[in-house]
Amino acid sequence: MKRIYSVLVENRSGVLCKVAGLFSRRCFNIDSLAVGETDDSAVSCMTIVSSGDERTIEQIEKQLNKKLDVIKVKTFDESASISRELMLIKVKYNKNNRRDIMENCDIMKAQIVDMSKNMMIIQICDVPERIQLFINMLQSISIVEVARTGTLALQKCKDME
Amino acid sequence: MIGADAMVKCLEEEGVNIVFGYPGAAICPFFNSILDTDIRTILVRTEQNAAHAASGLARVSGKVGVCAVTSGPGATNVITGIATAFADSIPLICICGQVDSELLGSDAFQEADITGAVESFVKYSYLIKDANEIPRVFKEAFYIANTGRKGPVLIDVPIDIQQAAITKFSYPDKVNMRTYKPTVKGNMVQIKKVAKELEKAKKPLICAGGGVFLSNAEKELRKFSEKYKIPVVSTMMGIGIMPTEHAMYYGMVGNNGAPCANRAMKESDLLIMVGARVADRAVSHPNMITNYKVLVHIDVDPVEIGKNVGPHIPLVGDAGHIFEDLEQQEIRCEHEEWVELLKEYKKSMMVNRNPNKDYVDPAMFITKLSEKMKEDGIYVADVGQNQIWSCGYHIVKKGRFLTSGGMGTMGYSIPAAIGAKLADKSKQVVAVCGDGAFQMSLMELATMQQHDVPVKIVVLKNNYLGMVREYQHYKYKDNYSVVDLSGSPDLEKLASAYGIEFLRLYNMDNVDEIIDAFLKEDKSMLLECLIDPMDLVK
Repeated sequence: MKRIYSVLVENRSGVLCKVAGLFSRRCFNIDSLAVGETDDSAVSCMTIVSSGDERTIEQIEKQLNKKLDVIKVKTFDESASISRELMLIKVKYNKNNRRDIMENCDIMKAQIVDMSKNMMIIQICDVPERIQLFINMLQSISIVEVARTGTLALQKCKDME
Repeated sequence: MIGADAMVKCLEEEGVNIVFGYPGAAICPFFNSILDTDIRTILVRTEQNAAHAASGLARVSGKVGVCAVTSGPGATNVITGIATAFADSIPLICICGQVDSELLGSDAFQEADITGAVESFVKYSYLIKDANEIPRVFKEAFYIANTGRKGPVLIDVPIDIQQAAITKFSYPDKVNMRTYKPTVKGNMVQIKKVAKELEKAKKPLICAGGGVFLSNAEKELRKFSEKYKIPVVSTMMGIGIMPTEHAMYYGMVGNNGAPCANRAMKESDLLIMVGARVADRAVSHPNMITNYKVLVHIDVDPVEIGKNVGPHIPLVGDAGHIFEDLEQQEIRCEHEEWVELLKEYKKSMMVNRNPNKDYVDPAMFITKLSEKMKEDGIYVADVGQNQIWSCGYHIVKKGRFLTSGGMGTMGYSIPAAIGAKLADKSKQVVAVCGDGAFQMSLMELATMQQHDVPVKIVVLKNNYLGMVREYQHYKYKDNYSVVDLSGSPDLEKLASAYGIEFLRLYNMDNVDEIIDAFLKEDKSMLLECLIDPMDLVK
């Protein structure tokens, strides 16, 4: 079972280490982890995607809440969230495959953001499954390097009363 | 005023009167400033024991134990003591000196990333980077250590911060942390549910753990058990919540526990676990405490509830408050048959030992010792076979039984006994250890002598690491590996080297006489009991 944890933490040094350490020490999985400041510079938001059985999922939430640097934990399923990932991918190209690559970018709504005579960097922002699909599509050409942010997610909007 | 002055001022504000420690250059400003106060400093002989002694003091006084050590090896040496306290939720403050802030991260002389190293053994840790933060950090640290699920907090203070000038010292009277607000009061809906289940139950049972001591709820629990005639068993950390010979007490549970206590756990139809983690030594098969019964789990730490076993009624809160609330529920419950049945079990399921008459029988010795100890005496058991015998045969009347339950740290008993004695000089304190554990902490005999802490020490000597030998006996067909303690010192000579009186018991013939002599005066004594090297706890 996949689960997304949106964790607000004190924006202090060492907090990322404590949260990551909690996962490794308790043998919880981290599928992805993304951290950044929120609108309040004293608070960071960690988006952690994890998987496990029901008890593990509950334990992760409780253990996160127990950490003294954690302000708030929100947890939800993928289906209840809007999630995105950003990837930058550097590929080698040549005359023969250049068109193909550009077509693939068009189909996937990816952008070429940097280019040299034989290399280009493509940027794509999408749900994690489509990012994977895009990597698969580029597999036949030569991928030089890849950088991904990991999943960012927010719970879907509900009408406020 | 400098940072170090502020540190000791904070300790004064918190009512600390004893600090256990071991100095080094990086903590010298602190130990210099402490001279200007009435706080007593106790120099231990290795840092680990500073934490154990602080733990003994905390458990007897109910206050936070404090230890202070230097950077690098001083800090890393104290880790086992911190982990031991963490496993048993004992409130400690561990102050560590650290290299100059400018040198942090440069692998300077005696630099260790101690906050990083202890992360999984502390409730929280601080690395102070601004001397003006000292009052806030100390206030928070004491609050965190001694509230909610108690535990150790480490404060790492670089030497330049200890030396830095502070313009104004003001100790906050309140803690303001948005991330830490422990639940104390139990949820009334859940409490009513428990009361309802109690009315239905034919075989209710309370299993009490160390958390009951930590919330000071022994009286409330006892009162509740007596009022509704609900039998009680305990975990190792819960020994002493009920006096051993109380009519409603049926012994310690677990794989080294009393058979009748385990049978009570199995057969009960309503089990109230309180302040107990449901850890593997107490409950080897979690199913045993959920199948065919209603499980109520009371703990101040929500994480413990559901971690090892899913209860039917989770109840987060402080045990003291919850039993007070429960008592007021006017529960109508009747289960005399169950109590009678347990009394039957208690009689019929006594363990029969077959002791070797040439040696001291540790079981009978421990019972005799506890009969002769003062009613409110403090018994500190170490780890190994001695611990299991102590759990099984020590009789608690009005005193305390202390041991390292969660971590099982050998060498705990002597330093913890020193801390316990310093917490209350009027109490008789007896540490009971094996010859393995004794040699892990024997250097503290000097601490006892130097600081005039009259602790009584019993060494059950079998020339083996007995618990492991017993394991190898059952599991490896007597292929003993690395358990022979030959080469151990002559304890009589050792005691005399430290200037401590010595007694030896060879067998049970003159046991009364020797124990009387051992306990007679309030002074340090070392009693060596020769026990059969092949003796087993099971």
